[in-house]
Amino acid sequence: MIRFGRDVRRRLKDRVMAVLALACVALALIPLGSIVYTVVVRGASVVNPEFFTQIQPIPCSPGANLTCTQGGIGNAIVGTFLLLGLSSAIAIPLGLLAGIYLAEYGKGPLVFAVRFFADVMTGLPSIVMGLFIFATFQLAFPGFVFSAIAGALALAVIIIPFVARTSEEALRLVPGSIREAALALGVPKYRVTVRVVLSSAREGIVTGALLAMARVGGETAPLLLTAGGNSFYSVRLDQPIAAMSLVIYNFATTPYANWNALAWGAALLLVVIMLGLSIAARFLLRHRFHEQRIRG
Amino acid sequence: MTRKLAAEKVSAWYGPKKAIEDISLDFEEHATTAIIGPSGCGKSTLIRCLNRLHETVPKARVEGKVLLDDKDVYADDPVAVRRRVGMVFQKANPFPTMSVYDNVAAALRLNGVRDRGKLDKIVKRSLEQAALWDEVKDYLGKPGVSLSGGQQQRLCIARALAAEPEVLLMDEPCSALDPIATAKIEDLIFDLKKDYTVVIVTHNMQQAARVADTTAFMYLGHLIEVGGTRELFERPRETLTESYITGRFG
Repeated sequence: MIRFGRDVRRRLKDRVMAVLALACVALALIPLGSIVYTVVVRGASVVNPEFFTQIQPIPCSPGANLTCTQGGIGNAIVGTFLLLGLSSAIAIPLGLLAGIYLAEYGKGPLVFAVRFFADVMTGLPSIVMGLFIFATFQLAFPGFVFSAIAGALALAVIIIPFVARTSEEALRLVPGSIREAALALGVPKYRVTVRVVLSSAREGIVTGALLAMARVGGETAPLLLTAGGNSFYSVRLDQPIAAMSLVIYNFATTPYANWNALAWGAALLLVVIMLGLSIAARFLLRHRFHEQRIRG
Repeated sequence: MTRKLAAEKVSAWYGPKKAIEDISLDFEEHATTAIIGPSGCGKSTLIRCLNRLHETVPKARVEGKVLLDDKDVYADDPVAVRRRVGMVFQKANPFPTMSVYDNVAAALRLNGVRDRGKLDKIVKRSLEQAALWDEVKDYLGKPGVSLSGGQQQRLCIARALAAEPEVLLMDEPCSALDPIATAKIEDLIFDLKKDYTVVIVTHNMQQAARVADTTAFMYLGHLIEVGGTRELFERPRETLTESYITGRFG
């Protein structure tokens, strides 16, 4: 009888905790659901070919006796992709090399210092990174501050420590037995690292890189101080450049209806792109094995 | 019989902890030498000194000489040593991102061989030597890790053989396998000694009795006794050896 009573109590506790956990999940998902819902509802109406190709329209609000043009954020889309591409091209190789150093080669206090500062850097407010690049450019090249290259560098500085730490973790997850197996075959250490360990960790590394890109893709504060924004199409590295996050920041705070609408559209597109990057991180990297055969 | 490999006064440490002390042991060419002893006695450490893998562990250290064809491997490049002295580990460790074929070809590919015809030939030969070819010949493109445990271990043996070593070190290769897979690998070891010098570490005394020509008994980091396998099991000279092989160990 005692045993029976205890069993019932345990089952009851189990149910209560399960329901509680589920409720917490639901609670945590409410903001996410609300954001996605609002962004889709308010942003979807402007997503059409014009939105992707045009630049910003003349600001206007309905009510006056003029017809507003919708315009688009083509220049900002190009700008965001250019900034992302450029910053990734700078930061991912550097971050990966740092991660390889931390996981495979580093010894002693230097490793501790590098890892510590990488952690501190990932925690710094991104505007400080922007300020750092802003100040550096101000001192080094006065009059050349607002430019695509400055924006890309600011994003790169944010990405580097993130990629360094995620790739270090990914490399650490590769079992030591795999390294030993390769070393025991008489393969030099650098080649073991590049051809065996790195390829075993590639999913984690690529996931980390994509997540880093998703993280900086929506950055606004550092770009305010570096990329500067641009109302027109530009792909010149030494000129200010537009970005979707800047469009949202600038247009959302104006009283003009057509600019507000574009800000919602930009928010929707940005969410979709970042979601796409995260999903790509998950699905792109299944191991691919192909047919192999020896005749004879 | 000639001596292929020899440990001379080898001691090894993990940080401050001494794992093996002053071990001298000869390994005959084209013969199988078994190293037996209770857990933690330093058997694995000893064979990891033979291909210089011990020193890859952080803070690990080796003293003494290991002679391969009478030349000290510690005076040579460790990478060159490991090409001549292959190793099979306790737990099968195929490369997780590679197919069956790529696993076997790894040693050659990673050392720069690209000729597909040559690779095909060596992969097939190595898999045949490891008694795995018939089971995997239609699945060479499948991931190496999708094979069963026993097959994975034979895959690792094939991978080691593909590097064309002169000595093959086996660190408890059957400890994770069932009796059928174990029997296959023991048959294999028996065949391998025709071409290679085999050193096998094992927990299992019956296994040592079945496959080895010479057996060495280690205890607490010391080499207690070495002799012909039959002799060691039937007429051990040391009382420690006798109490271990008769199972009266305290």
